[in-house]
Amino acid sequence: MNSETYVMGNTFDNAEPIAAQKVSDAPNMSELVRMRVESLSVYYGKVAAVKKVDMSIKTRKVTALIGPSGCGKSTFLRCLNRMHELTPGARVEGKVLLDEQDLYGPGMDPVDVRRRVGMVFQKPNPFPNMSVRDNVIAGFKLNGVRDRRVLDEVVEKSLRDAALWQEVKDNLQKSGASLSGGQQQRLCIARALAVNPEVLLMDEPCSALDPIATAKIEELIHELKEQVTIAIVTHNMQQAARVSDFTGFFYLGELIEYGETGKLFTTPEVRQTEDYITGRFG
Amino acid sequence: MPNEHTDKRYDEELKKLREEILYMGGLVEDQIQKAVKSLVDRDSALAEIIIERDHEVNRLDVDIDGICIKLLALHQPAAKDLRLITTGLKITTDLERIGDMAVNICERALELNQEPMLKPYIDIPRMARIAQKMIRESLDAFVREETELALKVCRDDQQVDDLNSQIFRETISFMIADPQTINRAMKISSVSKYLERIADHATNIAEMVIFMVKGKSIRHMKVLPPAV
Repeated sequence: MNSETYVMGNTFDNAEPIAAQKVSDAPNMSELVRMRVESLSVYYGKVAAVKKVDMSIKTRKVTALIGPSGCGKSTFLRCLNRMHELTPGARVEGKVLLDEQDLYGPGMDPVDVRRRVGMVFQKPNPFPNMSVRDNVIAGFKLNGVRDRRVLDEVVEKSLRDAALWQEVKDNLQKSGASLSGGQQQRLCIARALAVNPEVLLMDEPCSALDPIATAKIEELIHELKEQVTIAIVTHNMQQAARVSDFTGFFYLGELIEYGETGKLFTTPEVRQTEDYITGRFG
Repeated sequence: MPNEHTDKRYDEELKKLREEILYMGGLVEDQIQKAVKSLVDRDSALAEIIIERDHEVNRLDVDIDGICIKLLALHQPAAKDLRLITTGLKITTDLERIGDMAVNICERALELNQEPMLKPYIDIPRMARIAQKMIRESLDAFVREETELALKVCRDDQQVDDLNSQIFRETISFMIADPQTINRAMKISSVSKYLERIADHATNIAEMVIFMVKGKSIRHMKVLPPAV
């Protein structure tokens, strides 16, 4: 089986959401909304870190979230796959809908949510005592698949999609921790892709990487948006401008401005956005 | 919220860009005024000086481009700053072309000063005054970020166009009446055309100022908007 048939999703039970989209390429796909956030507020104890944010994350587009430290953008991102509730004292109000299904609704399994909405973190965090291969399929194996042939296919497909295959294919058994920083981050992306998520969240995925490794991840983001919707938090405004289709600017927990990246970086509507992206922020 | 850059050097370089554009604008305005004076006063020595001084305009064109390219490369400007810098690149091109037109006027003046005067110059200085004012006001609009003033410059272009048509008709009638005047009349008509082009460049600058301030383009519109 080649990698393309896998994308079409005929092999695995958990592959339909992407498969359905991949095949039925409707002309107006760009307008489709994958995630809809309604009046989302997040509290740490009594302090509101995110205040009544509404946002639509478009299908198979890259949405960048920018803003100064402490503006709530990472907190917001973490709410999109219920990662936030792992933080003690944190409380969420409002709705996060994935394909119109409320992720915080009754009966939603947070583990399933995190499979459908994957995440890549600031510092590459491969499982240190696992091989490259085991790292990739660590999450996938939780589905109960044991067939070695199937697992091999997932490993290759995921590593290819994460643009790491060529560099590791000859030694899949070596430790994930032995890779370079940039390779480790791509390994984490491969691990997230292995469970075939609908959305991939990236929380400053390049901040610990050198410019070349950063460029590779950015190139990868361009390729990945063909198959997965991406939301990325970044401190690097040029990166947001380079990789994203839409950009949201957060300040003091509020979504100040949200729109097409090309527009936001040339003619923002709001003065605060203007001040931030031109570097006039204290 | 503060209106200064966190990076002070960036602020200084943007300030320098504005100042250089203004200096170039002032120089170009003076070039036109003196070019027309050399024609009206039949002062060939002045015409030579103005032609020589065009090097200064050309040097500024290259220098300002350099400042803009450096700002783009080193600071990755966005939004308003990006619009200022790209506007700077375009304004200097227009100013440089205006400088060339001043040289062209001087060249025609040198030729016309060799021959008897066809008629006293009345409309040409009027045109020159309006064109000069348009340049000054477009640059004032640039510095003060005043879109209303920029829009006025765009409107004023019509006056220069009308005067150009009038001079064209007048010179044609001279040529019809007496073929001996063709050489001189053609040259006067050229000067009028140069001034008309200068006003067009001033209009370009004003349009770019509106883009710089509002992020909206009013270029190539058949009818000017009443306000932006």
